[in-house]
Amino acid sequence: MDNFLGQFGPATVGGLAIGSIYALVALGYTMVYGVLRLINFAHSEVFTIGGFAAVGVFLMVGVSAPVGGFALIGLLLLTVLVAMAASGGTALLLEQVAYRPLRKHGSSRLAALISAIGASLFLQELIKLVIIPHVFGQSNGAIQLQNMPRVIDKTPLFSIGNAPIRLDHVIIVVAAVIMMVLLDRLVNGTRVGRGIRATAQDPEAAVLMGVNIDKVVRTTFLLGGAMAGVAGVLYLLYFENLDYRVGFVVGIKAFTAAVLGGIGNLRGALLGGFVLGLVESWSSIFLGAEWSEVTAFVVLVLVLMFRPTGILGESLQRARA
Amino acid sequence: MTGNKSPLRRAFAPIGAFNDKMRDWWEGANLWVRWAVYLLLIIFALTLLPSPQFATFMMPGSDWVSTLIHPIGTFILLAIGLNVVVGQAGLLDLGYVAFFAIGGYSLAYFGTKYGWNFWATVVVGILLTGVSGIILGAPTLRLRGDYLAIVTLGFGEIVRITANNTDEIGGARGITGVPHPTLPGVEFTLRDAAPYYYLMVGAIVLVIILSRRVEKSRVGRAWAAIREDEDAAELMGVPTFKFKLLAFAMGAVIGGFGGAIWASKVSFIEPGNFPFILSATILAAVVLGGSGNLPGVIVGAFLIAWLPERLRFINEYRILIFGAALVLMMAFRPEGLLPSRRRRAELAEGTGGMGSMGAEVATQTTVEPSEVSK
Repeated sequence: MDNFLGQFGPATVGGLAIGSIYALVALGYTMVYGVLRLINFAHSEVFTIGGFAAVGVFLMVGVSAPVGGFALIGLLLLTVLVAMAASGGTALLLEQVAYRPLRKHGSSRLAALISAIGASLFLQELIKLVIIPHVFGQSNGAIQLQNMPRVIDKTPLFSIGNAPIRLDHVIIVVAAVIMMVLLDRLVNGTRVGRGIRATAQDPEAAVLMGVNIDKVVRTTFLLGGAMAGVAGVLYLLYFENLDYRVGFVVGIKAFTAAVLGGIGNLRGALLGGFVLGLVESWSSIFLGAEWSEVTAFVVLVLVLMFRPTGILGESLQRARA
Repeated sequence: MTGNKSPLRRAFAPIGAFNDKMRDWWEGANLWVRWAVYLLLIIFALTLLPSPQFATFMMPGSDWVSTLIHPIGTFILLAIGLNVVVGQAGLLDLGYVAFFAIGGYSLAYFGTKYGWNFWATVVVGILLTGVSGIILGAPTLRLRGDYLAIVTLGFGEIVRITANNTDEIGGARGITGVPHPTLPGVEFTLRDAAPYYYLMVGAIVLVIILSRRVEKSRVGRAWAAIREDEDAAELMGVPTFKFKLLAFAMGAVIGGFGGAIWASKVSFIEPGNFPFILSATILAAVVLGGSGNLPGVIVGAFLIAWLPERLRFINEYRILIFGAALVLMMAFRPEGLLPSRRRRAELAEGTGGMGSMGAEVATQTTVEPSEVSK
């Protein structure tokens, strides 16, 4: 128990940071599911692409020592924009190639999910066989950022109780919350967002009311992809390494977070991400980090068994989200 | 369907026409002709297929018989098992490799720890996988199709990670010295692949007969009803939950059987043998071959196991090609190379067991049942 109390603070901080990343990725699952009733299995690779785009920016800019102040803010903004563009573009392409033809035929959802798995495997291997060796010149399918100069300083800034808070913790949580608020405003406060909500609620009626469904679907993929891109940058800052399979685990956990919060519900995704991050972080004090994936899956099964609509309920399809 | 005009769809048309002709002939053939064909196929599998003449063409410069056992034989066994779950009952299982692992680990554990005999352990392993199928199915089979897919994926990963983290079953190092089968007059060893080949052929024939008999029975009809429209099946008095559980258990049993034979052949087992990609590969075999149609599934498994071995230069790009093939297949021929007619009709209707994605958007004719009830 002493052990638990001693580690509780740091585990909470770590859980919130990793939870923010899950939450951002979960947004993509939740929005696409809300609009198309499709688990976008390849969303995990959209996230990975964002991370690799960030590595590319760091290498291009040529960071040689941890940066601070305005230079850091500028660098992060640039990285986030590039990663959002890369991930959003991938998501759009994915929709165009893997889902649109099926949607046009009105294919079964089984066919759509299998197509999604195919796209996921394809992208994963593309990153492993083409992008990593030919763009980054690495051969083992992974990129260790530790071998490069650090981008941000990782000494504790201050502590709350016995939990030291580092700059990257702050950046991750703040960035995630800012992105969430922006997305929430976009979906709830603009004309584009109204189209998304209308489609999620009742596609047929939305079409009759003059909503351009194709445009709505594209926007949804673009927004979800962009959020995953931000998550990729934050993941890289936090863990300082990436490999081609990283999206698989993060993707599963983010999907769990989306279901936990109530799939189709944007605010639910944020809540689900934080809850899952914390549960995982706390449980690994007792069980060890090697069981953290198992924890996430067990949480997923329990939620689906006892409250399949999640904590906040499925709400993108209703008017609220 | 606008898609019928696309060139890729037309490119598949000769296969479909040939398939239809074969099927018409088969429907019309009498019992003796059918038995003769079965017999010829078995004789072919036992004599010609593993022969050196065949090997030079199929697999020059490599051990063809070993390749026939693994990956080809194991893939065929697993694909037949997964076909029960995905093709017949219409439940998407993304963690099928878990049952393969449980079957293999049962044999390895009881064989090395307690020195149990191979045959007894296979029976125990099959029972254990059946039970694990029920343990997985009981809480999760009430879920909708795509949720079920994710939960089964989770189950597959849980089994792999648990094996990796449990020292009692060897942890990450795995278990060596898995027992070989014992039969009077036949010696199963690591060096000689032939006895294992006959064992594998026997297992596949057994599983095909089992799967065929069940498909034609009341159980098979119940599965088809569930696959086509679960709500309608329930209303007609089919106990859907019970039958879905049975499909899971039967698929699991076949997977476990395959795992046991495989583990005893390679005599070594470790958690790394059971990644998610193996589940995806078996699923690809079922889907590419023609989900729900036994000959199609077998052909699909054979191709997916054999092509990367034969064309070594594509081996590195194997998964990349699988991925692209799955996407293309779903866009242009979702029913697979050799589909069953019924399955093809279902997919053309856009039902295929799970309702249709975005059909309400594309055609504006269907409404999801869940939406009506709200």
